[in-house]
Amino acid sequence: MIEFGLTIEPIDTEQWRRRMFDLTCGGYAAFEGWVRDHNEGQEVLRLEYEVYETLALSEGNKILAEAIERFGVTGAACVHRHGELRLGDVAVWVGVSAAHRDEAFKACRYVIDEVKIRLPIWKKEHYVAGDSGWVNCERCAAHGHAHESDRPRQPETAGA
Amino acid sequence: MKKIHVRYFALFRDQVGRDEETIETDASDPAGLYAELQVRHDLGLGADRLKVAVNDEFTSWDRSLSDGDRIVFIPPVAGG
Repeated sequence: MIEFGLTIEPIDTEQWRRRMFDLTCGGYAAFEGWVRDHNEGQEVLRLEYEVYETLALSEGNKILAEAIERFGVTGAACVHRHGELRLGDVAVWVGVSAAHRDEAFKACRYVIDEVKIRLPIWKKEHYVAGDSGWVNCERCAAHGHAHESDRPRQPETAGA
Repeated sequence: MKKIHVRYFALFRDQVGRDEETIETDASDPAGLYAELQVRHDLGLGADRLKVAVNDEFTSWDRSLSDGDRIVFIPPVAGG
């Protein structure tokens, strides 16, 4: 199985897991990304993901194909949620099935790492303090770009 | 002059105040068009921080633009 998906509905991880079953596989590794309640010292209330769908779908499928090619795994799947998310929601799920565990873990790690830096998906955090901001990718931050300019703040408007 | 359809996401959508617009331009490539839009919309991010997609595919900054192309300037992403 190879499938990349985008959804505004809650991700049914159990249903995705069941679809990974394959009698040629000895195991399966998965990763779930959750919405947490803090980021860089700010208390997070909720967040929204925005996605450029056509490009995210083609790039997501490319990443899965790369994982299969590089690590020789049997199946690779990923689904990313967008729209409004609450604390504790699953934002992204990755599953990889393989004959042996080592390549399953490696391919799973590869997929989530590439998803974070390559997919045209953006995250806006809404803070308990009342403001909000678009979050930048970790790689950009790691490269030492100034953080203030990375996260322009704007006042929360009613009903936004 | 050619017409280029520009879509805005995330930070750019907030800064420009709209999802998309059609621009008449003499810019020959995405780099030239972004320089125009930076001035027009007071966009702070430098092109070195962005990726660019034309007709739903990632592309290079010096690719030539044709009349009717659809372009998206992609600010730093944060999926996952």
